[in-house]
Amino acid sequence: MSGGSGGGGGPSLMDSLFQRTLDDLIKGIRIHVPGAAQSTFISKSLDEIRREIKSTDLQTKSTALQKLTYLHSLHGIDMSWAAFHAVELTSSPSFIHKKTGYLAASLSFRPSTDVLLLLTNQLRKDLSSTNQHEVSLALECLSVICTPDFARDLTPDIFTLLASSKNFIRKKSIACLLMVFSQYPDAVRVCFKRLVENLEGTDNAQTLAATVGVFCELASKEPRSYLPLAPEFYRILVDSRNNWVLIKVLKIFAKLAKLEPRLAKKVVEPICDHMKRSEAKSLVFECVRTIVSSFYEYEFAVKLAVAKIREFLLDSDLNLKYLGLQGLLLVAPNHSWAVLENKEVVIKSLSDVDRNIKLEALRLVMSMVSDDNVVEICRVLIGYALKSDPEFCNEILRSMLLTCSRNVYEIIIDFDWYASLLGEMARIPHCQNGEEIEYQLIDIGMRVKDVRPELVRVGRDLLIDPALLGNPFIHRILSAAAWVSGEYVWFSRNPFEIMEALLQPRTNLLPPSIRAVYIHSAFKVLSFCLHSFLLPNKTANSLSKFADMEPDFIYSESEGEFPETSGLRPHQEFNPRDLSEKNADNATISSSSLKNDTFTRESVVNMLTLILTSLSPLAGSHDVEIEERVRNLFGLAQLAQEEICCHDDRKEMMVDRDDLKTSIIIRLINDALSEDFGPVSLSAQERVPVPDGLVLEENLSKLDIICADVQLPKSKSFSLVRPSLLQMDGDFVSSRQNEEESETSAAESTSLLSEHRKRHGLFYLPSDNNQNASTGFQPANDPNQKDNDVEDLVKLTEESLVLKRKSNLARPRPVVVKLDEGGRLPITVKKTQSTDDLISGAVRDVLLGNEASSQSNQSGKPSSRRRGKALSKVDQGSESNNNMENFEIGNSSKRRSKHRIHGKDKKHPSPGNDVEGRDENGEVNKQKSGSRHGRHKARQRADGGINVVVQKPVIPDFLL
Amino acid sequence: MGIRFVLMVNKQGQTRLAQYYEYLTLEERRALEGEIVRKCLARNEQQCSFVEHRTYKIVYRRYASLFFLVGVDNEEVSRAHTFTIMCPNELAILEFIHLLVETMDRHFGNVCELDIMFHLEKAHFMLEEMVMNGCIVETSKANILAPIQLMDKAS
Repeated sequence: MSGGSGGGGGPSLMDSLFQRTLDDLIKGIRIHVPGAAQSTFISKSLDEIRREIKSTDLQTKSTALQKLTYLHSLHGIDMSWAAFHAVELTSSPSFIHKKTGYLAASLSFRPSTDVLLLLTNQLRKDLSSTNQHEVSLALECLSVICTPDFARDLTPDIFTLLASSKNFIRKKSIACLLMVFSQYPDAVRVCFKRLVENLEGTDNAQTLAATVGVFCELASKEPRSYLPLAPEFYRILVDSRNNWVLIKVLKIFAKLAKLEPRLAKKVVEPICDHMKRSEAKSLVFECVRTIVSSFYEYEFAVKLAVAKIREFLLDSDLNLKYLGLQGLLLVAPNHSWAVLENKEVVIKSLSDVDRNIKLEALRLVMSMVSDDNVVEICRVLIGYALKSDPEFCNEILRSMLLTCSRNVYEIIIDFDWYASLLGEMARIPHCQNGEEIEYQLIDIGMRVKDVRPELVRVGRDLLIDPALLGNPFIHRILSAAAWVSGEYVWFSRNPFEIMEALLQPRTNLLPPSIRAVYIHSAFKVLSFCLHSFLLPNKTANSLSKFADMEPDFIYSESEGEFPETSGLRPHQEFNPRDLSEKNADNATISSSSLKNDTFTRESVVNMLTLILTSLSPLAGSHDVEIEERVRNLFGLAQLAQEEICCHDDRKEMMVDRDDLKTSIIIRLINDALSEDFGPVSLSAQERVPVPDGLVLEENLSKLDIICADVQLPKSKSFSLVRPSLLQMDGDFVSSRQNEEESETSAAESTSLLSEHRKRHGLFYLPSDNNQNASTGFQPANDPNQKDNDVEDLVKLTEESLVLKRKSNLARPRPVVVKLDEGGRLPITVKKTQSTDDLISGAVRDVLLGNEASSQSNQSGKPSSRRRGKALSKVDQGSESNNNMENFEIGNSSKRRSKHRIHGKDKKHPSPGNDVEGRDENGEVNKQKSGSRHGRHKARQRADGGINVVVQKPVIPDFLL
Repeated sequence: MGIRFVLMVNKQGQTRLAQYYEYLTLEERRALEGEIVRKCLARNEQQCSFVEHRTYKIVYRRYASLFFLVGVDNEEVSRAHTFTIMCPNELAILEFIHLLVETMDRHFGNVCELDIMFHLEKAHFMLEEMVMNGCIVETSKANILAPIQLMDKAS
């Protein structure tokens, strides 16, 4: 066993004689405990392997590679360095060595392996070997490591094998095709015909399974091209008794039926027969799945399927139950009765032991939610959430939040209820959805004016509960509650209570950022209270001003409530604090009385004292955010305290209060604070088109790396935008409505530029323009703008809300925007798409030729006779019709060229499938001419090779 | 069928066989295996055999001390009204696992973890006969075992 440890360089005889076998290695690994001991052993073995693998003795080399493969596969050891040795072994005359080599290759090679090309010759040799097992080895390896190069070079060999007399070989070469096609779409032109022949040959179950498998995969990507083969699939569906094959055929039909409705009529019957007859659950389930997703118009079939689903649901086998729920989820969109019929099972499944089953049930329940039942369902779900384990509880809450907020709270009618539901969720002990709840609390506050009083109530309940402060998961929610209470404080019944809650000692448990929100909210509350106390008459006025500027803002969904809202909107004599008073006259009366009750001098002084005492320890806080806000609040409170205490003798004289310095400041502050926030579309900024001449990134693209960490943080919940942006938005919308053309003006270009300048100011030469730039575009989320821009906010909210509402009503995706189309599509997507399209394009080409040749070659066969007949009655609306145009042209080359153009036109609508533009490898960048040339060549070769006589394309009527 | 990988893992979470039908780097494999094993091994007998993980759906079954895990495409991830139904048939995958175990059982005779450990190549060989490109191509035990028996005879 110690043979490996001696000697330095090359392999010695000793190494070969005393080489550890794979068994020795495995035993060794088993002896050593996992951890350090084992990894030492493994690295020692690796050293040995490195030496042994260089041996000239193939047996030694093979064993070394075996061991290495084992370590690679199960212990994650890198073996890319041994790639060459694997290639070497594949050329060994011994089958066992060859096998080891190929296994190592298929397990470890990657497209970038450098010795990959060395394998080409060996693969070709083995593919044409007379030993079918060698051929099989090569095919299996190729099916795993195939690259475009391999596929291109070896397509002719595989083509030969497709006609092999040995089923064993034919089966494997068929299965290998899938990989070859995806790497080298032009192979389709060569091999597709033989693939289809294998579909037609009923004699062999082995090859049929492989063939159907290939078609199933191909059709899943682009089914349309395979419509002409429907008769073959239909025959298999009716005749085959192999469940594996049937399942795949069903999958193919599920795809095809969506494209050709008349196909459905034909296949529904046989599918139902299978469903009734079959003992195999897998087949039954596949039938069910096919019916409910693709044939849902056929009532009798769906009834049968739902009956089967019910059997599954009631089965004791959990797997069937799970799949039953999944099946139900597929039925739900079209046949909600099916879900209702099984309601008890679904609800019961919510408390299943298996989390996956619970999840499926939850999805199902959520799929049933509508505006009539959302209240009831949420009540039930909250009950379940309280009973469930933390993980599932949060899953429930998450899906509730998601469902309710979908499409801007589409299904919510009663927002008061929803606000209190959010509050209730916050109090569920395991709740970890703080972030989402925080977002929604603020979001509905901004979007739905009616809900604000209720929100403030919910917020208050959360704030005054000191116990909640101890739970870090709901800090975020508390932050929203504090913000809501500050922002909409005039809806509060008792601002003093809120102030106490905001300043309670336990707030020191909060993280600094949230504490800053608390203090800022306290500032708003204070200024509101001082305002009400010092300037009781002005309060109503300022609020009415606020109301005038605000448009009738309410979500379209809740338009039914509009008449009611008039009472809510503060009119001239609106009582700011008591919203329950809907009657404006009553409000005036109670307003004066209440105000005198609430905002007494004493209570205000108490509040000031409270602020000063509880905040003084914070004045020296190390967190700048906190410190700054504390100082703001402090300053105001001190000023107010001085003046109010000094002037106590004049406390009844309201007139004088107007002249106090505090009053002036308060008036200003209140003016600033009384403006309303509104939601701003996240894409607002993107909708600004880039002016023609402006190149934003050319010279600065390299700076992105540097700027990455300096970028401004994006605010999530709301953002403040300057009017300029707004204006542009407005312009933009109107122009879109007019002609859907995006106009670019000089103003916009300067504004974009200035925005850029602002962001990347570092890289601009200093200039005076920087100051002037404020007239232009500003970053939407610049936090510094917050307080300066209040004037414009009102307009902004108006506009953006109008915008929102419009888009909400019509729901069109904003058409617009060069920006969007520009750089969005990820290249990878494009690429895969193109490969698929290349394949399907080739398939279409070949199918035409193929049908023709099969017509001429096997005219005796019934299937082709059917096709012949079909010639006369080709119908419209399907693939076949499109190809009609080609019929008249007798000359094959002419036909081909026409067809190509035709195909090009046809593909035009879908994006990114510029078939002609791709070269053989599916690469995007090659020149068109080159790729065409390549294609011609391939086709010529194909034609020459197979002798496909393309004369008269025949279009099958696949409806028989 | 869209099989993406086949794993055999013992009760302790050690991988005993790993076959991938798409290229993943060693790190990705290790991470994936770790996550899946943690997820599946934590489940008990009263739970169903399907686990969703990332873009995969894992269909697994336990035989004695060994877990057989098969990862398949999970296109249902996008559960809107426009779902695709090309995700493989879960029950068929379970049957496939059973077939694989039966096949190994027939070859090794009462197959156990050690058989697979010490005959990893053979196990791969069987798997290669059954699955190519993630598609199940052979479901007859006799056909699957024929080449291996031939090989055993020759050596």
